[in-house]
Amino acid sequence: MVKILIEVRFHGRGGQGAVTAADLLAVAGFKEGYYTLSFPMFGAEKRGTPVVSFLRISDEPIVARDEVYNPDYVVVLDPTVMETVNVVSGLKRGGMLIANYPKSSEDLKKKVKADELGIKVATINATKMAMEVLGRPITNTAMVGAFGGATRLISLETLVEVVKEWFKGELAEKNAKLVEEAYRYMMEVCRNED
Amino acid sequence: MKKVVRGFYSVAYSVKLCRPNVICAYPITPQTEIVENLAAMYANGELGEAEYITAESEFGAASILVGASAAGARVFTATCSQGLILMSEVLFNAAGMRLPIVLVNTNRALSAPLSIWNDHQDSMAMRDAGIMQVYVENNQEAHDMIPQAYKVAENKKVLLPFMVCMDGYKLTHAYEPVDLLEQEMVDSFLPPYEPAAYMTTKKPLAFGCYAPPHIYMEFRVAMQQAMERAKDVMLDVFKEWAEVSGRDWGGHITVDFPDSKIFVVAMGSVVGLLRKVVEELRNEGLSVGLIKIRTFRPFPVEEMREALKDAEKVIVLDRSVSFGYEGPVSIELKSAIYGYSSAEIYSFAVGLGGRDMPKDFLAKIIRDVGEGKEKPGFAFKGYQEFEEVIP
Repeated sequence: MVKILIEVRFHGRGGQGAVTAADLLAVAGFKEGYYTLSFPMFGAEKRGTPVVSFLRISDEPIVARDEVYNPDYVVVLDPTVMETVNVVSGLKRGGMLIANYPKSSEDLKKKVKADELGIKVATINATKMAMEVLGRPITNTAMVGAFGGATRLISLETLVEVVKEWFKGELAEKNAKLVEEAYRYMMEVCRNED
Repeated sequence: MKKVVRGFYSVAYSVKLCRPNVICAYPITPQTEIVENLAAMYANGELGEAEYITAESEFGAASILVGASAAGARVFTATCSQGLILMSEVLFNAAGMRLPIVLVNTNRALSAPLSIWNDHQDSMAMRDAGIMQVYVENNQEAHDMIPQAYKVAENKKVLLPFMVCMDGYKLTHAYEPVDLLEQEMVDSFLPPYEPAAYMTTKKPLAFGCYAPPHIYMEFRVAMQQAMERAKDVMLDVFKEWAEVSGRDWGGHITVDFPDSKIFVVAMGSVVGLLRKVVEELRNEGLSVGLIKIRTFRPFPVEEMREALKDAEKVIVLDRSVSFGYEGPVSIELKSAIYGYSSAEIYSFAVGLGGRDMPKDFLAKIIRDVGEGKEKPGFAFKGYQEFEEVIP
């Protein structure tokens, strides 16, 4: 079997669900047959303060519980976090920054010096999407979808299933819709990149 | 059934399967979701006849459990850090009263300065209480340890409190796959609690009362004897668990690569990563093995003597400090192997207050010892050089 270990770091702000995003993907990854581990880097969480969480996906049991220093993917839930946090720190060459960002991938590429770092960048306006579907700027499920669409590691069907188990009632339906929209959008963005 | 769950839930669900009669706790980070989950189960009627009591403090919670346990109830609580040391006055009593209380400590640093993050300073403060202490490596082991804790604690040869120590955040907050136990399996493994003695309004008893000099010491000798018997009872219970669950977590310690010249000794959630590091260093040609301490109390004295008899160097990674001396695990280990091993002991305090222990950091410590770059003795590792300014 091919040895896979994919490490992901999430950046967001308290209240946007960066921790839940990693957790949802841990549940979804396991459903697809991977071993998974997600955990937050806890600080003094308050709404609005920068929050970091981690995800590991592997085809063998995961024993490493140290923080992720050299992620394969960085997922950013809030564009303003990038003003104060160097989100691409340690991101592997060939790795990808998947960001909620109101402008184009090209714009963010320049900003983070993507070519110098040898990283890929894919952006999605998740805040706008979340406002339209949820009426609130909570971007975690959109970014879960975006991660799925960008990486194709986890199928859309599994992500929708997990989101519907996680949330209840109308919120489940809305978040499932958001996941699907973001997944399809990001799949398209990354297809154009290649 | 294997499911991705949070560490909290792996504990709460296992507690539920043990059919406790009284659960009493006071919330503290990073224990809170364990008791939140149990409170939700209670509210949903999933805990049968159990009473769930939210106390006004950890001192109150422990006191309520002492009463409940003395009345013959199977009881549970969880706490950590300041909560555990606030409980300590009561817990020393619980041990002396020989009450088989099971508690989970979600290991967290002690104040001051205030830290909500993980190390082992809190449970180490309870070292001499007469409470059994087992440290777990992952959430499956935490899940599996709860029924075993009750079975050991309630054994009439033992009758002492049992503390399951799991690293706060690193385990409690992690989502990972856990094979959740079945009720029938736990029921057949763990029979209902039959207290050796319990008080009722019809048959009042007194626990832990006044013992003048002519009798006190005998009670304390009995506690030590109970701890010594607990070592064997644990081995029986661990073995039975391996048979019925199919998961063998080993005895009081586990030893990887027993013929090594160098050994790393550690407890808790860092063990998994250390296993990987040790394997990689062996591939580099370093003769290094790993000892995971599961049972800190009673301390695995004979096991350590046997495992380290031919060792040349022993690296102890402590997650706490006995200020003015060194790390408690190191102190215990040296004392245990004195006269049985001529190994040099390298005692390092690491990962205090949640300081992360990356793979490269761990590898460097071991490699440096292997290459003779470290001196035996005590040192802190993984801190920034600083100058203390006292105005």
